Amino acid sequence: MTGPDPVGLYRTVRLIRRFEERAIALVDAGEIVGGIHPYLGQEGVAAGVCAALRPADLVTGTHRGHGHVLAKGADPARMLAELCGRVTGLNRGRGGSMHAADFGVGVLGANAIVGAAGAILTGAVWARRRRGDDVVGATFFGDGAVNEGMLLEAFNLAALWRVPVLFVCENNGYATTMPVEGAVAGTIAGRAAAFGMPATAVDGQDPEKVREVTAAAVARMRAGGGPELVEARTYRFDAHHTFEHRVRLDYRPPEEVAAARLRDPVLIQGARLPAEARAAVDAEVEATLAAAVDFALAGPAPDSATALDHLYASGLTARTGGG
Amino acid sequence: MPRLSYRRALTRALADEMTRDESVFLLGEDIRVAAAGVTTGLLKKFGPERVLDTPLSEQAFTSFATGAALAGARPVIEFQIPSLLFLVFEQIVNHAHKFPLMTGGQCAVPVTYLVPGSGSRTGWAGQHSDHPYSLFAHVGVTTVVPATPADAYGLLVSAIRCDDPVVVFAPAGALDVRDDVTDLAPVPLGRGIVRRPGADVTVVAVGHLVHDALAVADELAGQVSVEVFDPRTLYPFDWDGLLDSVSRTGRLVVVDDSNRSCGIAGEIIATVVERVALAAPPRRVTRPDGAVLPFAPALDRAVQPGRDQLTAAIQLTCKDG
Ligand SMILES: Cc1ncc(C[n+]2csc(CCOP(=O)(O)OP(=O)(O)O)c2C)c(N)n1
Ligand SMILES: [Mg+2]
Repeated sequence: MTGPDPVGLYRTVRLIRRFEERAIALVDAGEIVGGIHPYLGQEGVAAGVCAALRPADLVTGTHRGHGHVLAKGADPARMLAELCGRVTGLNRGRGGSMHAADFGVGVLGANAIVGAAGAILTGAVWARRRRGDDVVGATFFGDGAVNEGMLLEAFNLAALWRVPVLFVCENNGYATTMPVEGAVAGTIAGRAAAFGMPATAVDGQDPEKVREVTAAAVARMRAGGGPELVEARTYRFDAHHTFEHRVRLDYRPPEEVAAARLRDPVLIQGARLPAEARAAVDAEVEATLAAAVDFALAGPAPDSATALDHLYASGLTARTGGG
Repeated sequence: MPRLSYRRALTRALADEMTRDESVFLLGEDIRVAAAGVTTGLLKKFGPERVLDTPLSEQAFTSFATGAALAGARPVIEFQIPSLLFLVFEQIVNHAHKFPLMTGGQCAVPVTYLVPGSGSRTGWAGQHSDHPYSLFAHVGVTTVVPATPADAYGLLVSAIRCDDPVVVFAPAGALDVRDDVTDLAPVPLGRGIVRRPGADVTVVAVGHLVHDALAVADELAGQVSVEVFDPRTLYPFDWDGLLDSVSRTGRLVVVDDSNRSCGIAGEIIATVVERVALAAPPRRVTRPDGAVLPFAPALDRAVQPGRDQLTAAIQLTCKDG
């Protein structure tokens, strides 16, 4: 589905919203260790972008990656099982929140190194197209990543070799506690311009607008155009990471957070549906997530004897560390 | 009998694998004109689609190769300078190497990183003379350091066919070696070879130092019977092959072009003494701790493991115990 689909878009933002709320509860309950980087408030970006992609298209996500993985079509139950470190998880409990991947739906992984995934996705899309597959890609990154040299190198490679990758900058105003004004000389769009890449700014709180802008860019890319950049202006409603629930960091004025929360992508998209349709989606999402939590918590923890499984695709086995 | 140079053996391996497998392609800096003398003739044979000259963006093109591998290709990257591996250590270790485990086995990353001219290239000074193979063994990335033309061919072929990332160090000190080579064949990863049988002491030599070890063994013939073991692959290491040799000789000397602390020589010695009761304390000849190769040729040589040091180490080890 790449045309307008208000119900589908609403389902995705609502799913991500409720998934994250459930995940935070599981962090609090000690079922998810290490915490998460909640995607709350930014749901419209992942939902809008992925709604304009096809199943075969490829994406990479970030440390704040649950939304990207879910929006591209991963099973929420296996995703949640992954966060809980179960063998039934997408990555068999080997990846966790920051590395969740589902190659089957074109998610080549969330990636915990800021700015690292753009080049990986560029190579993947290039290789698939070289084989004759009609795919494009979208790589998500934050405003913090636009100061990483390796991402700027990836802009150059993709533009130079005209690889159809949509560089999606989720500008939520902060890199952890660093405000974007304190970190970005010039502009984010200006970085695209430097490589001859078209750049479009969009209201990231409006899922439909994000979908439209993405669909237009993807259409140009499929018609032979090179990479493009979309700067989605958004806001994270919650903590940088759930550790902030315990340790208060003083960097965002409470009024700013309160004002930003008024522009809620779930409410904005929800308002486009008749009340009954919305209620039906809500009920469906609740049922999906209730089943997902059950599935996640019922999954067995991995056997510690298998800790080094999958280290080598070639079948090589590593020496263990014992004496 | 045809004389084959080490460099040409690498060329042959690339050409043969590109012919055999469409998914193999090359990328790197100035490789179309074969500035390093390794990719000679490949542009003409395989075309620009499979021989990609990259901009000077090592981090991006290294991860580009990771992505291409995730999508089913088998990229081979040629690096112009061994020290560039420091620049892309993050991309290799944190991404290419970790993806299979982190994804729970959803993918493979078959990328080959080829470093022609690793180690000292006399006169190239501090930033062009590193030999960082121990770093890759440490992180568990398959690492090969061929010493001979036949192994350069056979190990590069196996590296390209391997489903994991592999770093291939082609030492500057071995690039001009020529050998009579009758048949070229893949050499299995992780399998060492006894280059010269001997009874009194096992000398493990890495890469170009194999030739030094063989020369020293010849000089000492009559005094000491030296067995020279060439591991060929540093990770995974052929422990069985080495232990077999050391169990016979009872003595061990390692010559390794790494800096001393945490270099592969330390690992080789540690593993052997964990498993074999030696007749004398083992010794190693390495670069000094924290080595930066100075420019002036005499200084450059002074910092590299030399034949005199190796001779002395062998003699001491054989006197002890
Ligand atoms: C290369 C790198 N540097 C630092 C970090 C630690 N870190 C994790 S998230 C983050 C902030 C990223 O900010 P941004 O890109 O704006 O994404 P956001 O967290 O706002 O979604 C930092 C500094 C990292 N993971 N990778
Ligand atoms: Mg940010």
